[in-house]
Formats: sequence, structure tokens, C-alpha cells
Amino acid sequence: MATVLSAILILFCLAVVFGVILGYASVRFRVEGNPIVDQIDSLLPQTQCGQCGYPGCRPYAEAIANGEAINKCPPGGQSTVAALADLLGVEAVPLDAEHGEEPIKKVAFIHEEECIGCTKCIQACPVDAILGAPKQMHTVIVDECTGCDLCVDPCPVDCIEMIPIETSINTWKWPAPAEPLGLIATDRGRGAAQQEAH
Amino acid sequence: MGKVFAFHGGVHPPENKKQSSRTPIARAPLPPLLYLPLQQHIGLAANPVVEVGERVLKGQLIAEPVGRISASLHAPTSGVVRAIGPHPVPHASGLESDCITLETDGEDEWIEHRGLADYTRLKPAALIEHIRRCGIAGMGGAGFPTDVKLHLGEDHIVNTLIINAAECEPYITADDMLMRERAAEILSGIRIISHLLRPSHIMIGIEDNKPQAIHALQQVLTGCELNIDIRVVPTKYPSGGERQLIQLLTGLEVPSGHIPADIGIVCQNVGTAAAIHRAVHLGEPLISRIVTVTGDAVAQPQNFDALIGTPFADLLAAARLHQERLSRLLMGGPMMGVAVAHEQIPVIKTTNCILAASEQEMPLPPAEQPCIRCAMCEQVCPATLLPQQLYWFAKGREFDKARHHNLFDCIECGACAYVCPSHIPLVQYYRFAKSEIRTEEAEQRKADHARRRFEARQARLERERAEKEARRKARAEEAALAQQARRSSDGEEPKSGAAPAATAAPDLKQLKTAAAVARTKLKKARDGLKNAQEKKLDGIDALQATVTELEQKSQAAQRALEAAEQAEAASAGEKGVDLKQLKIDAAMARATVTKLERALANTEDEQGRRELEAELVAARNQSDTLQQRLREHSSA
Repeated sequence: MATVLSAILILFCLAVVFGVILGYASVRFRVEGNPIVDQIDSLLPQTQCGQCGYPGCRPYAEAIANGEAINKCPPGGQSTVAALADLLGVEAVPLDAEHGEEPIKKVAFIHEEECIGCTKCIQACPVDAILGAPKQMHTVIVDECTGCDLCVDPCPVDCIEMIPIETSINTWKWPAPAEPLGLIATDRGRGAAQQEAH
Repeated sequence: MGKVFAFHGGVHPPENKKQSSRTPIARAPLPPLLYLPLQQHIGLAANPVVEVGERVLKGQLIAEPVGRISASLHAPTSGVVRAIGPHPVPHASGLESDCITLETDGEDEWIEHRGLADYTRLKPAALIEHIRRCGIAGMGGAGFPTDVKLHLGEDHIVNTLIINAAECEPYITADDMLMRERAAEILSGIRIISHLLRPSHIMIGIEDNKPQAIHALQQVLTGCELNIDIRVVPTKYPSGGERQLIQLLTGLEVPSGHIPADIGIVCQNVGTAAAIHRAVHLGEPLISRIVTVTGDAVAQPQNFDALIGTPFADLLAAARLHQERLSRLLMGGPMMGVAVAHEQIPVIKTTNCILAASEQEMPLPPAEQPCIRCAMCEQVCPATLLPQQLYWFAKGREFDKARHHNLFDCIECGACAYVCPSHIPLVQYYRFAKSEIRTEEAEQRKADHARRRFEARQARLERERAEKEARRKARAEEAALAQQARRSSDGEEPKSGAAPAATAAPDLKQLKTAAAVARTKLKKARDGLKNAQEKKLDGIDALQATVTELEQKSQAAQRALEAAEQAEAASAGEKGVDLKQLKIDAAMARATVTKLERALANTEDEQGRRELEAELVAARNQSDTLQQRLREHSSA
């Protein structure tokens, strides 16, 4: 009986001690915010375009952390989906067509002779990439523009156009080497099948 | 001759150097048009400083450097600027980039230029600035602005200067011919570099397949005061790679991710040394270079001293190109060169060779076969990488792994692809992987930047909202206070009648206004009444009533005002009233009294007299009171 009592007593004491330690640790080492949100946010392309249905990349990151689908970001494309899948340990799913195709990179351009200076696009720009003042023409700072096209809709005179970024010798990429042709036709078929399996 | 070490790997492709080194360097004919790309170097593109239509002289600055790592550009001959705009440039992409198009006038008229009289007496910074102004960029291949490399002496201890004369790539003989013919210029350039960097030891690394160049160098070196060694290295590709040559001559390996200066070594090409000599001693900017034009498709393979900007077509014509034999046009050598499609592409500061290859000389590569893991690529890799692994990672787009296998230490020499029995274009895979990684990094940087801007904007909007909210709250509180004050004052004296003079704290000014208003109203009403009486109009009774009422109001207002004035005066008196003010008031009262007396004397009208008399009495009273108070105060 005494052994049982002492065992219970000891376990009770241990439970109290560990409870105190855990309680202290939960206060002392409290983490502000959800760290996974930061990690997800750092993988998103930060265009702040809202095509995912959330007002910006961070809200979408928070939604993903709470179980939202990872394939709603067209500007990030399939590579972002893959990176998110890798981070979260889930299956990489193809990009959700409902939220748009993976677009080519574009920047906004304001036709300055048509601009009436209404500042509506300035208010819409999520990264403050448009410069201007009331009744003065506005212009886009190309280097800051993320190509989210949020400024296009508010413009009352339709003077904003999304222009694809042209490749210069500084942004040109070496192309992937062409896939080798198999020696015999069956080789080619098998190779293609394997590729699709990937 | 000192000891020569070895580097890992390397290959021995057929040299094919004899074809172009049989004849001396020829002066290339002056082309009608020169195309000068604004970016011929690593770093930012230069900024044009000439206008279209402007006539420029030979050696005139036409584009200035932008930022630290950039190089200036000079007119290679006299002529007129015809255009500044896109033109095909020597680049693997085949894309166009901004060029200055210069129409030559054949006069070759120099701008006034002079060499430095004695560079040893100049401060190093001034000498380096002179070299920078002359637009000198590394002529070995990468085109790194030379002045940046010469500045290294300040924050690095440079103990070894290596002059790269290896020229290991097949076909190319530009440096070989330069050494044979202009060894003295090279030595003079080495002297200048050595003056700036102050190395304890200078080595010239040269492959043993250039006996004439070695001989020429040895001749100019006899009796030279500098500690210069000519180190003849065995011919093996790529011994001319910077890191490979350093390893050959010193036995040291430049650590991954570092530059040679970090281990006290600076490497310069022989061509760069000669260009520095011309810049310092003759004041000539970098406007021409030696270009090897070779290959089976040209009848007279040789070296040309060509102006920067000369289109390939002109040089090929000078070397008698057989168009029908030409199958591939390469810029650079067969190992590292890139194929170019356009013959109007110009020679730039880094163009050492134009290779016009025939079909049998450089057949199209056979089809790529699967990797058989023979590891021959690993055996020849001069950077001791694992080319096979890198190939798999690049093919599978596992760029992170490729990076961890030191993909960025690959010098793209092409030795692995040269030996690959499966004809896999390995270098293409590495270049692809490298540019994918670079793009990804650039995008990540851009995304981070956008995030910072987005967050800053959110913070700003939040702050503005908070400020607005605070302002609204403050306004609401103010309004509530005012309301309360009004309500409480109404509550205290709700029955004080018409005169606002009865408020708790009588405002003298307000009272005065009220009294004046009452007086005016009364006067108007009296006028109206008088008018009505004269014209016998209706409603005289009503008007009479109004006048009486107004009279009462006016009197009340007046009384209130007087009471307030007295109260004010009393309170002022208690507080020790302003004596001066009191005196002024008394004087004014006296003046009113005299004015009224005079008016009374002049008035004939009975009613007017009576009114005036009443006013006079009031004025006299006031005057007396004031006088009395004044007396009291002055006595006190």
C-alpha cells in the first residue's frame, strides 16, 4: 500500500514540476504569430494581385496555413505550387485553372497623354509603384511594378496597359537543351511515358 | 624557369593554330560603318554622351561609365554618329542591344591626346582614373573593367602578379601574335600594373606551343629591373583559365566563391597589359584589338588589328571568306565560343577570334545519347567537379542540389562535353541550370522587395487610419464639451429675457454688439414709423407698438452693457485697473459731453433738444463717474 501511495505521490509531484516548467516555457518562449505563415509568404511571388481571392500574398499565406488549397496562385505558377507542396509535405497539385493561367511577366504602362490625373490607380497599387498627384499625369515606376494589374480596372479612361517585359541580353536565359531523340521509335515512346509519369 | 605545377583534368584538342599565325598582324580595312555596343564589359551599360548627327573624332569619348563596374567607350575613328539604338550584338542569345552606329569618314582624325609624362609620380588613384577614362576592360574574355582589378592593391595584399599568355583554346593566335610583334608594349604595360599593385613576384604563364612568342618575351626581358619569370606550361586545355593558370604557376587553388586577390594573386591578360601601355604612354583609349579570323571557310586565315565595332562581315571579307564553304560562324574558339547568325555583329573589346568553320571541320554534333556513367567527364574536369551529377540535376531541374554540387564553380570550358562518348551537350545543361538559378534568385529578390513595399504601404495606411480616427474622436469630444457648456449656461439663467447681456460671464464685446444692433433696429423702426406718419399709411399702430418694444429692448441692452462695463471696470479696479485705459476713457467721456453740448446749442428742434439733453445728462453722469474713479485710482 505504502509503495503504491509513494508511487502515486512521486508521479503527482513530477506532474506538478513538469506542469510548472511547461507553463513557464509557454509564457517565456511564446512565439508571436504563426512561423509557418512567414515561410509560406516567402515562397509566394508577392505580386499582391489578389487572384487567389485573398487581399494580398500574406492573407493567402495565412489561409494556406489554415488549410486553403496551394494551387491558387497563377503568378507563382507551377514552381510555387511545387515549393509549397515541398514545404507543407502535401501533394503538388496542378494550378487551379479557375484562378487564371500562369501569365507571362508584364508591367503596367500609363499612356500619359490620356491620363486625367484622377489618382485612382495610385490608391489601387499595392506596392506604391505609381507616381502622380491629383490633376497631374501619373506614371509607373517599372522596377517596382509587380504586374498585378490591379490598377487597370479602376482607371476611368482606360489609359493603363499591361505590357509584357521584353527579354534583353541581361535577362535572357539559356534555353533547356532539346530532349534527345531516342535511337529507335520504341525508346522514344518509353521515354515520353516515363516523362509523363514524372 | 621555376617549377610548374599541374591542375586536374584537361584535354588536348587539335590546336589548329598554325593556319592563322603564318602572316604578321594586318591592319583591318576601315569599314564604312562601326557598331559600338554600349555594353561590352561586365557591369552596367555605358551611357552615350553624343547625339545622333554629331561628328566625333578618333579617340573621343562617346559613352561614359555608369557606376563603379562599367567602362567608357570611345570613337574608334573619326566620323558621324548615325544612330543610337538596337543592333545585333555578340551575345549567345542573338538578341539586339543598344549600339552607337558610327559612319566613318576615312580621315581617321585623332582627338588631341597625350600620354602621361611620368606615371610613377602620379598618385595611384589618379593613374587608375586615367586607365578608367581610357575604357580598358579585360581582353582575355570576360571583359571585367580593368581599373576595378587594379584598385585591389588597396584592400588586398597582392604578392603575385600573373600575366596570362597561355591562350589555350584551339585556333586562336591573337595573343601569340601580339607577343611576337609587340612584346615591348606588353612589358611596358606590366611595369605600369606592377607599379600599381606592387607585387613581389611577377609570372608570365605561357604554353609551350608558342616558341616564337616566348623568344620575343625573353628578348625584351633581358636587363629588365622587375622580378619577372616566364613560366612555360605544357599545352593542355584549359590552362588559360584564370584559376587553372594560378594553380599551374603557384600550386594554389582559389577557394570556391572567392577571387584570386583573396589569396594575394591578380591575373591580367597580355592584351590588357598592351592596352594599358597605350593608354598611359600614348594616351590612346581602347579602340582597337587583335582578332584572329580563321577556319576552313576563309582563304587567308590571319590576325587583324581591327577597330572595335568592325562588323564580322568586313573582317571575313578581308580574310577572303568562301561563303559556300561556311557552315558555322563562331565568336571565340571552338571550345567556349558561341555560334552567331548575323554577320553584321561587331567586334567588341573581348572578341579574340572569329571562326568561320566549314562543314567537315565542325560537323553538327551527333544526336545526344543516354549517359552511360563512364565518368570520363569527371576525369577531365579542370574544376574537379562531378559533371555527371550536375548533368542529372540540371536535367531533373533539381537546381538546389546542383548548386550544392558547386555548379557555380564550373568555368564552362567544355572539356566534359568534348570527351563525352554519348555526345551530351553538358555545358548547355550547366548554362541552363545556372541561368535558371540566377533568374530564380532575381525573382526572389524582386519578391522580397515587393513584400517590403507592400508591408510599408499597409503600415502607412494603418497609421493614416489611426490618425484619422484620433482626429475624429478629438472633434467629437470637443463638440460634446461645447454642447454641455451651452446646456449648462441655458440651465442657469433660462429666464433672463431678450438681452444676451445676462449670460453668466458677460462678454463685453458681445454686449456692445447687441446694444448696437438694438439701437440700429430701433432707429430703423423709428424711421419707418416717421415715414408712415408722414404718408398716413395703415398699420401705424402696429409700428408704434414695435417701436415701443424695440425701445424697451434697446434700453435693456444698453443697461446690460453698462452694468457689464461697470462690473468689468469694478473687477478691473479690484485687480488694479489699467490707469492709462481709465484716463483715455475719462477723456473720451469728456469729449462726448462737449460734443453733445455743442450739438444741443445748435439744435432748434424741440424733440431733438429733449433727446440730446437726455443723452447729455447720461454722458455727464458717465464722465463724472469715470472722473471720480480716475481720481480714486490716481490717489491710490
